[in-house]
Amino acid sequence: MSALLQPLLLSIQLAAITTVILLLVATPVAWWLARTASASKPLVQAVVALPIVLPPTVLGFYLLIVLGPAGTLGGWWVEISGSALTFSFPGLVIASCIYSLPFAVQPLVVAFESLGRQKLEAARTLGATRLDAFFSVALPLSLKGYLGAAVLTFAHTLGEFGVVLMVGGNIPGETRVISIAIYDQVESLNYTAAHQTAALLLVFAFIALFAMFLVNRRWERR
Amino acid sequence: MTAADRIRIRYSLQRATFALDVDLELPMRGVTGLFGPSGAGKTTLLRCIAGLEKAAGHLVVAGDTWQDSSKGTWRSVEDRDVGYVFQEPRLFDHLSVERNIDYGRKRRSATSDIDHIVDLLGLSELLQRRPHELSGGEAQRVAIARALSCSPRFVLMDEPLASLDQARKDEILPYLDRLHTEAELPIIYVSHNLDEVCRLCDHLVVIERGNVIADGSLQSVLVGLESPLLGDKLAGSVIEGTVVTNHADDQLSQLEFSGGNLWIPGVQESPGTPLRLRIRASDVSLCRVEPEATTILNVLPAVVGSIEAGDGASALVRLVLGADEILARITRRSIRELGITKGERVFAQIKSVAVRPSLQ
Repeated sequence: MSALLQPLLLSIQLAAITTVILLLVATPVAWWLARTASASKPLVQAVVALPIVLPPTVLGFYLLIVLGPAGTLGGWWVEISGSALTFSFPGLVIASCIYSLPFAVQPLVVAFESLGRQKLEAARTLGATRLDAFFSVALPLSLKGYLGAAVLTFAHTLGEFGVVLMVGGNIPGETRVISIAIYDQVESLNYTAAHQTAALLLVFAFIALFAMFLVNRRWERR
Repeated sequence: MTAADRIRIRYSLQRATFALDVDLELPMRGVTGLFGPSGAGKTTLLRCIAGLEKAAGHLVVAGDTWQDSSKGTWRSVEDRDVGYVFQEPRLFDHLSVERNIDYGRKRRSATSDIDHIVDLLGLSELLQRRPHELSGGEAQRVAIARALSCSPRFVLMDEPLASLDQARKDEILPYLDRLHTEAELPIIYVSHNLDEVCRLCDHLVVIERGNVIADGSLQSVLVGLESPLLGDKLAGSVIEGTVVTNHADDQLSQLEFSGGNLWIPGVQESPGTPLRLRIRASDVSLCRVEPEATTILNVLPAVVGSIEAGDGASALVRLVLGADEILARITRRSIRELGITKGERVFAQIKSVAVRPSLQ
């Protein structure tokens, strides 16, 4: 059973960490995109959207270069930690953050755009600093956007396959996430195990999405 | 005025569609109306005062410099203790009415009397509600309370009634009257509605295409013949007087002002109460001799102050009655045929007056 559960737990762990990091990173990016009139906005938009368009193999290939011991980020990581980023869990987290970035940014941009400036201006005239107005007004009024961003990021990271295969490989307990496990089981013609793993992921994904839509509906009623 | 009781404003701003160029000194008391057509720059001026927009120039509030572009002085929005009431309520949907009102108070560590403000705006029943459970008028009252509760030095109101229908306006206007009388808080009130301005304001600034074209007490600006307000069908004047007697049988009251006594529609106020009256220029006609048998109750002796050609066939005559002035709109033909000239003694026939409770 643990052979079955381990990849799922690893996937959940990876998706949860990625989601937390991305919500933090995507907030300022989305805030800027939603409010800027800067000429460089289309450039940033294009860069953020790239992971949607690129095949995971292309993304995985470049990440492998950058994260590898000879790459800039990978080399620096080896210096401070003594181990390589490629084929490791931290490497997977970094890869996932890049791979899922647009799925965190986009819902937040929509939420911040629909929020507009008006209520923030009101908050400012009532004595709130920019930061205070963000946390006391913008954030609570954008919770639905955050819920959407979290679910999309989590789900997308959970379903990640190509990038993980390129960057992480298939090390049990370290990089062998559930999608890799299924691939592996099918490759070795172990259909029974593949059935179990696939069903487990299917049920988990369904429950997660169903719970989100339930929460969403409750918020709408408020 | 000394520096301590005025707001000194000087701004110039060049935009693609319009330019703002104002140099003003506003009193730190009573209600000052900023009046002008849409797009004249009234809102932009208000936003500059609040620090929501940056125009070159300077702003000195009761001796404190809030902005001086020449020295790079800039006090940011949250540090300017003004209350801002926007055209829309802009309430925070995730907070109850009570916590909306408390938002600015907490941040400014204000010592305002919340109970009094809630009472003044009639909100005690609504405190636990959420913004989406409020009507448009209620929401705007909450927005006013929220702006007042942070103990501002003065309040900026940007057409707070413009997005409401007449019934909702009538619901809020009495609260604004009370605010004017009870809270000794200066208000700068933007409007393009002359009725609102005449009802609420003491001081009036007229803005057109980004420039100040008239500035002074309400009465003096309204009867200033160079004022573009006269083109308006609503052109008229405001006088203040006190109730002398109430005739319940006739449903009339009599009001005394510097130019004599006026019959007005019956009011509830007891004798001695000050009242503000609005007299439209089109409701005033002139006679060279005192009319004997006329159905018009109000016939008062007056002196012609000046005559200005108006739109089309009409002319506007400024009449001096005691210390007050009123406007009459009559045809140019009548002026010629009756030979009415400046300085002449005439009789003003006033057909009707609009009354509102006054503030002093």
